[in-house]
Amino acid sequence: MSAANKRPLSPFMIGPYYKPQMTSVLSITHRATGAGLVVGTLLLVYWLAAAAIGPKAYEHAQAVLGSMLGQLLLFLWTWALFYHLANGIRHLFWDAGYGFELPDATKSGWAVVWSSIILTFLCWLIAAP
Amino acid sequence: MSIRTPLAHVRGLGTAKDGTHHWWVQRVTSVALVPLVLWFVISLLGVSHADYETFQHWLGNPYRAGLMVALLVAVFYHASLGMQVIYEDYVRPEGAKVVAVLITQFVLFLLGAISIVAVLKVALA
Repeated sequence: MSAANKRPLSPFMIGPYYKPQMTSVLSITHRATGAGLVVGTLLLVYWLAAAAIGPKAYEHAQAVLGSMLGQLLLFLWTWALFYHLANGIRHLFWDAGYGFELPDATKSGWAVVWSSIILTFLCWLIAAP
Repeated sequence: MSIRTPLAHVRGLGTAKDGTHHWWVQRVTSVALVPLVLWFVISLLGVSHADYETFQHWLGNPYRAGLMVALLVAVFYHASLGMQVIYEDYVRPEGAKVVAVLITQFVLFLLGAISIVAVLKVALA
């Protein structure tokens, strides 16, 4: 490794160097929910593949997804989806150049947190058997 | 050993011409996913407890099947771009990073292919 590669880098946002901030916590949560949703696609693929295999496999998949563990995973996945969606829209506004002022970023951050929680519970209330 | 800096080696060679492509495609897929995900969630509320026949009939609608395929293409493309950025930021050394990116892209491509074939099979049955 050359000397040029050993110059100090700015420290990672999460860790001992910076006080946790709402904006940085939401930022790393965006990544975490993104990675979580990638794992969650396994459930979606499993569900669709079961439907393609036939009625028996589909009923089994519905039972698996309807189990305690299945429901817990689906609930967490619903929240992760709404969080990533809402924060993704926040990112798109930033990309367009809007909402960079700190008070605006804080406000939009809280909007993301609350809308993701409210929409998750709303979905589960509507979908309740 | 050369005393030239790494920058000096590449200066004057021009750009790779696609520096913003990854960033741009990630935005294009995210813009597409906003309405697609909302449609997906709202639709699923209606069929989350459906029996096989109801589900088959639901997905048999060509507009729904088309939206579903579009959603799956955008989801797995977006997922692959996003995972690549995560690996590029956190995985060291370079070899492990490349392997992690490639394996994830192959797996996501396969998952996308399986799910699209599954949708088409149900829709065309």
